[in-house]
Formats: sequence, structure tokens, C-alpha cells
Amino acid sequence: MKTKSMKEYKTITRVAGPLVFVEKTEPIGYGELVKISLPDGTIKNGQVLDTSDDTVVVQIFEGTSGIDKETRVKFLGETIKLSVSEDMLGRILNGAGKPMDGGPEIIPDQKLDINGAAINPYARGMPKDFIQTGISTIDGTNTLVRGQKLPIFSGSGLPHNEIALQIARQAKVLGMKEKFVVIFAAMGITNEEAQYFIKDFEETGALERSVVFLNIADDPAVERLITPRMALTAAEYLAYEKNMHVLVILTDLTNYCESLREIGAAREEIPGRRGYPGYMYTDLANIYERAGMVKGKKGSITQIPILTMVGDDITHPIPDLTGYITEGQIVLSRELHRKGIYPPVDVLPSLSRLMNLGIGKERTREDHKPVSDQSYAFYAEGRDLRGLVAIVGEEALSDRDKSLLKFAEEFEDQFVRQGKQEDRTIFGSLGLGWKLLGAIPKDELTRISPELRDQFYGKDVKETTDKKENKKKKEK
Amino acid sequence: MAQKGKLYRIAGPVVVAKGISAGMYDVVRVGNERLMGEVIQIDGEKTVIQVYEDTSGIRPGEPVENTGKSLSVELGPGMLTSIYDGIQRPLPVLVQKMGDFIKRGVDAPGLDYDKKWEFKASVKVGQKVNGGDFIGEVKETQGIIHKIMVPPKVSGKIKSIKSGKFTVNDVVGKLDNGHELKLKQIWPVRVPRPTQKKLAPTMPLLTGQRIFDVLFPLAKGGVAAIPGPFGAGKTVSQQQLAKWCDAEIIVYIGCGERGNEMTEVLTEFPELADPKTGKPLMDRTVLIANTSNMPVAAREASVYTGITIAEYYRDMGYNVALMADSTSRWAEAMREISSRLEEMPGEEGYPAYLATRLAEFYERAGRVIPLGTEKKGSVTVIGAVSPPGGDFSEPVTQNTLRVTKTFWALDAKLAQRRHFPSINWLTSYSLYMETLGPWFKENVNPDWVKYVGRLMVILQEEEKLMEIVQLVGSDALPDKQQVLLEVARLIREFILQQNAFHEVDTYCDPKKSAAMIESVLKFSDLAEEALKKGVRIKQILTVKSKNQIADSKYTNDYKKLLEKVDKEMESEFAKLKS
Repeated sequence: MKTKSMKEYKTITRVAGPLVFVEKTEPIGYGELVKISLPDGTIKNGQVLDTSDDTVVVQIFEGTSGIDKETRVKFLGETIKLSVSEDMLGRILNGAGKPMDGGPEIIPDQKLDINGAAINPYARGMPKDFIQTGISTIDGTNTLVRGQKLPIFSGSGLPHNEIALQIARQAKVLGMKEKFVVIFAAMGITNEEAQYFIKDFEETGALERSVVFLNIADDPAVERLITPRMALTAAEYLAYEKNMHVLVILTDLTNYCESLREIGAAREEIPGRRGYPGYMYTDLANIYERAGMVKGKKGSITQIPILTMVGDDITHPIPDLTGYITEGQIVLSRELHRKGIYPPVDVLPSLSRLMNLGIGKERTREDHKPVSDQSYAFYAEGRDLRGLVAIVGEEALSDRDKSLLKFAEEFEDQFVRQGKQEDRTIFGSLGLGWKLLGAIPKDELTRISPELRDQFYGKDVKETTDKKENKKKKEK
Repeated sequence: MAQKGKLYRIAGPVVVAKGISAGMYDVVRVGNERLMGEVIQIDGEKTVIQVYEDTSGIRPGEPVENTGKSLSVELGPGMLTSIYDGIQRPLPVLVQKMGDFIKRGVDAPGLDYDKKWEFKASVKVGQKVNGGDFIGEVKETQGIIHKIMVPPKVSGKIKSIKSGKFTVNDVVGKLDNGHELKLKQIWPVRVPRPTQKKLAPTMPLLTGQRIFDVLFPLAKGGVAAIPGPFGAGKTVSQQQLAKWCDAEIIVYIGCGERGNEMTEVLTEFPELADPKTGKPLMDRTVLIANTSNMPVAAREASVYTGITIAEYYRDMGYNVALMADSTSRWAEAMREISSRLEEMPGEEGYPAYLATRLAEFYERAGRVIPLGTEKKGSVTVIGAVSPPGGDFSEPVTQNTLRVTKTFWALDAKLAQRRHFPSINWLTSYSLYMETLGPWFKENVNPDWVKYVGRLMVILQEEEKLMEIVQLVGSDALPDKQQVLLEVARLIREFILQQNAFHEVDTYCDPKKSAAMIESVLKFSDLAEEALKKGVRIKQILTVKSKNQIADSKYTNDYKKLLEKVDKEMESEFAKLKS
């Protein structure tokens, strides 16, 4: 069936935006890959979006400029595939998976359908391996675990790229030496941003264990729809066939969704909220849900998608739908950024849903969750009080309120703030937490059980743990 | 009637066939790979079909075959402890057949055809039976007896019946009209199973979660909605309910949600024990998992598959609780299919029949006398709603509210300060409060209704006072109101907050809730009394023993602890007065 014929058609009837309508005689499969040859010799690629007995709608990845009625269309009889092999590591590819670093073509070990397939929920492994990113606001209060998808909700001009890079640089699983393989997929970011990433990869030597997919701002918008799928296909191959732990950074999902809307509009579909197509949830889910682990396989895929919130609005459809699919979110705050705090993570709206699986006794430490909950509660109260202080002044506050106000300040200044190269251990972060909580009377810490309070309150916890660790090391 | 036709057009999960004469909602087989689909529109010679599997690579001209049946589930022993996709294919079987990833074109029956069940007949030859009558039973799991029933609409005299070991497809008996009785029945998912009579709900569905049981109780056979923005704790709440509510059977539908969350349920449930029977929770549970990246049409079907299974157990006389997480994803699946059909959209692009579909679904809940038996059974439905942007005025939330009587509103602000379960006590409501009051009075505490009333008044009052506090600070309030604020804080932190991840606090017996409330109210009474005697608020706030009420959350031996606390509070207050 597949290779029945390789007819070329010269029957384009209509071109609209990125779509081409072709009349044809033989049956064409839904989702098939299409090759378009322009009279001037340019070759473009596309994919079938709609097929019926007489007409086929093709979406062109490279844009439709120059396509005329003389253009020849060839249906390739297969869906889009990516050539994968271990040699991809260290390579820089374009948004369509072709090398752009001047190196040789990738000799395929396998050719995989880029749409992938859903992991059977029954075959999924439970994500529970704590990843230490070295950033207190993530490790301490919004823990990332292997196999999780944890997006960064950012805004234009906020340092999301630095944070993503810091995570990529520092991420490790406690007690394990192996480093993550990083797959970086850029969708519609500027060339400058892309260079920033690549430079950092090169300088830190991370490029050797990375695969970079680049679709920059002036690359065709439609190509953005396949870039993340390419990246995740490569990730799945490395994770499930080659037993690697893969960290996938996708940036910027907002550009991806804009492309999705563009295609939807060109197809004259009925739009949903803010003009985005009604199937955007399903479409995004097909990307995000490709994070995870599979029972009986060693590798894993952890995703850190980055998106810039339009107008810093978290209820905008892109962050909103993302939040419903991903297992939490790290939200960056413009206010903290203005105060000069890096990383400007606003812990209150941030969340990691899988945190509880990765922390606690035997994973990190038994006081991890109580400390996190208590800090959250006090910080939230302290922040509320700032509004009150603006009206009545600090003198009018009760002693408890004053201490909470102070707690919020110190929390931002010490717990949230850290250096771009600073790699804190989880015990360091927890110790810092206890240090800040130490300013509040002991029996006010109602989120922490009495036993833990007795064990840790008022002691220099960091020191005690480090001592313990050192002892262990000495014994060994 | 032409049962075969050809594909004419393919655009995603919706395909068009020509030359086939099929009825609405008939199941059809699409393409060379015989993918499963369902007829959803008929337009002249064109038949529009939604396909439950991925349609990439399918071409026009491939065959389409009508099976003449509507989308149905197989009902019989073996459903408990199973995990299905949206069209009742067991996921473990799919792993065996096609590996770790879900590919297409594989069929798997909902029940295990090879497993033999020990069937004990309970009817005699010559006995007259009607639809719904028990003909015998099978021990399905440790704690659950699966009653084998005569299918609805079937009746006659028993011509033969035998006990012994049978598979679900074996004939265990015959009626005089030739009807063969088997351990399984087949029922179309979109049709509610008939009942004798619908009853008014009078019993609470106890959840072991203080805020639900105390402030916003749900009745067995009732309907509750949990709407909330992402991150507000919908899924944890749903899972807590599935774990601890006192229904005998749980049907949990993960509809368009996260894969990792289903894995969590799958790993956790077999390890947890039912607080009442001590048996594994999984033994009473049917899971349906259609994650967000699985085919959208199967997501649409999953809630119907779930509720049909729930109704079937209800017909045996069980109390069934069904959790659907999340109904918004189901509504979105409807929207997606509808927009591919190019139907005229209603509000926010949802189809105009959204309200009808939601109402029809929720109406399948209820406490009933099933066909045939004297027992009463119920289906309680708890639907999570995921409103975009947390905005409750969107169509799915609004249409759900019209048909549900218990409304548990999740609040992102509470979640952000780690107040869990983050149910907003001011916007939530339960219309069952009055009907269930007598039950609580009789079975838990004679003063229950009074206590609940007092809690609500205090919380309402706090809200009003907080507005003033925001402006002038709490010190400016009169002593009496400051006491109220303190009591409200105790209620919020000690009673309403509950730690789902603590082994003891995760489940709270209503008697324990009542005892905790008593202690908090005792503090309130003592404090007011002291104020009258001229004690200042600053001194009252120094009473230390009140904070120990919180410790009772984490112990099973709460009675002793609370008695001790009560005594200490009395003596501390006595000192203040003197």
C-alpha cells in the first residue's frame, strides 16, 4: 500500500496562510508527510491535515511563499519521522531535526514517528527520585522529581533562561553520580537567546551530553509545531532505549501556541478562548505527557517547559491549560525581580505536585514537608501584612504580626535569593528554613509535629547534618 | 441493510464514511486496522464517526463496517481491582498485547474470559425470575460478593441452573423461553440502567475529611461538584474521597488527567487498607484511566463507561461512589468533537447541548430501589470541575452547579498558604445539611447540628471582622471580637485543615471531629466567661493548652488527649481569673 505510487500532482487549487489545498486521485493518509517542489527548485515539506476523496489539505512547515499552481506536490506515504541514534549527543539540529552545526548527517539507528504514543498508565513507573537542583525555592518548597514535568511560568524580561540553565547545570539525583542528558528545544526564541544557551552549554562542557533543536524567531512558524515533538522523540529514544536520564527544556511554549492558533485560523476552525483552538489542551497534553518513567526501564524523561505569560496573566489560556496538565509550576515574579532578587521565584503560586513522592524520611529528610508548609504559611501571612503596614504603620501591629512581617523579608532575602552559581544542598536549604523559623516562638509552629519541633527547633540544623554526613564519610 | 461502506474523509479523530447505513451511536470498525468508532452524526449519505484511536495514516477508500451495536460495556465479576481505558479495555492486557505505549487496532474484552469463578446458585428450577433478580453469587474480591442478576428486561421461569466453576461466558442456567443466563451482562453505556423507584437521600456519605463531614456533608446518592483552579487540590481531594469515603464500591475515572497521577493511584491503592474492613482499598475499586494524551473520543466515552459500571453495582444493593476527575476535560472532549463536526457553537465554543449532557449524566446518580431486589443501592457522583483561570462563571461550572446539591469550592488562595483541603468555607454549600442532621444527631453527637451552626456563625463573623482588621489592625478591635478571631483561627487551623499525607490525620472519624469541635468551643466559652470577669485579651491569648488541640489530629487516642487539654484549659483559665 505504502509505496503504491509516488505520483506528483500539479493540482494546487488554493493557498491560504500556511495551508495548501490539493486535488488528487489516489487515497492519501491522514498525517502523511508531503514534499513540495517549487518551480525554482526549492523544496518544502508539509503534512496532511485533512484528507477526503477529492481534496487534501496540507500544512507547509516552511511557509507558503513562492508556491504557485506550477508547484509539484508529492505524498510520501509515511508520517513524519526522526532519525535517532546515540550520535545525536553533542549535535545542534534545526527545528525540523536536520543538522545545522556543519557536521555530518545523523546515521539513523532507528526512524521514529515524532508523534510518539501515549504511555499506558499501567506501564508508567512512579516518579519518586528527588532531583537536587541546588535552588532552595525548588528543592525546599517545590521539589522536582525524576519523570516530572514542571514548567517555569515567566514573563518577558525575567531571567527564566538563567534559571533553566542553572537547573540543567546543577541537577543531580542524591547519591548518584550520573548526570542528566539535556535536550534543548527552542521554539521561536531570538537568535541571541539561542546563542546564550549554546554558549553556556559549550563553556560548561554540557554540550557533549546535549542535543539542541533550534527553531528561532525567523524560522517558519509552522515548523515550531514539530520541534518539541522531534525533541521528545529523541528524548524517548535516549531514555527508554539507551537507559539515560533525560532533562528536556522546551522554550518558549507561548510561541508554540501562537503557531497553533495561526494554523487553526488558517483552517477556519471555530476558535476557543482568545482565539486559540479548542483542542489546544489535548495538543499540549500530547507534548507534556511525554514526560515520565516506564516500569522496568532505567531511563526517565523530566521536562522543564518554559512559557512567558502574556501580560503576566496566569489565567491566560496558555499558562492555564499548561497548569492543568503539568505537575505543578514555578512562577517567576516581576516584583521580586525588581527588588533585585535572583531567582525571582514567587513561591506562593508555585507548586510541585509530585513533591510528596520525592521527599521525607529516607528520601530527603522527615522534616522537609513540615518545614516547607510552615514557611509557606508564615510567608503568606507576612506578605498579607505588608498591605496592612502600608495603611496603619508597623507600630500598630501585634508582636506576632511583626515577627511574621520580618519573616517574610528574611525569607525573600535569604531563602529565595541565591547566586547564579550557588549550588545549595537540600540539607543546606532545610537548615536555612529552620534558621528563619527560629525567629518565631516554638509553639506557633503548628504545621510541624511536636517531635520534629523538639528535634530541630533552635538548633543549627545545617551544621548537625553536615557533621553527621562528615562522620559517615570518616567512618567509610 | 448495507453494513459496509468506505471512508470518504479523515480529519483527526472525526472521520466521514459513505455508503454505510448505520444508526446513531452504533459502533463501527474503521479502516483496514478495524479501529473502533461510534456514529455521531448522519447527514444524507455521509455518516460521521468519532474514532477512539489515533487516525494517522488512514486513507479515504478504506472500509468501514457497522457492528449494529451501540457502545457497550461487559458487566460481570472481575471488574473490581481492574484498570480500564475509556472504552473498558483493561490496561494491563494492553501492555501485554502492545507494550508500554498505547498503539492502535488492538481489542481487549473488559472481562477476563479465561478466569473461572466459583458460582453459587440461589434460585431453584421452576422459580419465576424477573430482570434484576439475583440468581446466585460469586465472591469477587475478599470483601465483595458479586451478585449475579437476571439482566433488565428479561424474565421467565428457571429451566435449569447449576453451581460450580464458570467463566463469564459459560452458560450457568436457562429460562423456559430459551434465554441463557451467564455471569456477565452487556449494557449500552449511554442508556441508564432501569430501577424500580428513586428514593430521597437520607444517609450521609462519610468521607473522613472534617470539612466535608462537618460543614458540607454529602448524601449517599447525592451529587457533589468540586470546582477549582489548577493547583488548588482537586485531585488530592478526589483521591482522599476515593480512599476514605464509606461507600462499598468506588469507581474512579481519571478523565483527561495526568498519567503520573494515575500511576500514583495505581501504586497507592493496593497498599492502603479500608478503615472499616481492613481489606485493601483496591478490592473495592474500579479505575478508569484515560489520560490527557490518550484519544479524545475515548475520553468522551469514559464517564459513561464509569457510570454504567457504578449503576451495575448499585443494582446489587451496594452504595457506590463515583469520582470523575475532571468533568471539564469531558466537556472539552465534547467541544473538540463538536467543533470538528462544524456544529454551531454555544457559549465559549462548547456545544449547545452541553447543559443537557451534564444534567443527564448527573441524573444517573441517586439512591434507588433497584429492579428485582428488596435492597437499596445508591450511586453518589463527585465531579471535579477545572474552570479555566479559576473563573467559576464559565459554562461547565455553571451548568454543573444547576444540577448538584453539594458544592465544594476550592480556593487557590488557601492552597497557596498551604491550607488543605483548600475548600473555601464561605462559598461552599451543601443542601443536604438539613436532611442529614437527624442522622448525625443520632449516630455521632446529639449536639452536632448546634455545633455546626456555631462554627458557621464564627467563621462568617470572622470574615466580616477581617475586613476591619485589614484596615486598622486587630489590636483596635474590642476584646470580645479578638477572642472570636482567635477561636476562628483555631477552627481553621485545627478543624478545617487536615493533612492528607499524615497516616493518622488522613482519615478522621466524625466522632473525633465532634470531640475536637467540643474542645475548641470549650475554649471559646471559657474565654468569654473570663472576659466577663474582667480578664484581658492579652492574657487569654497566653493560654497554652489550646494549641494542644491540634495535636489530637495526629493521634488515634484523641479522647484521652482532649480530656487532658480540657482540664488544662480549665485550670489555666481559673488561674487567669484569680
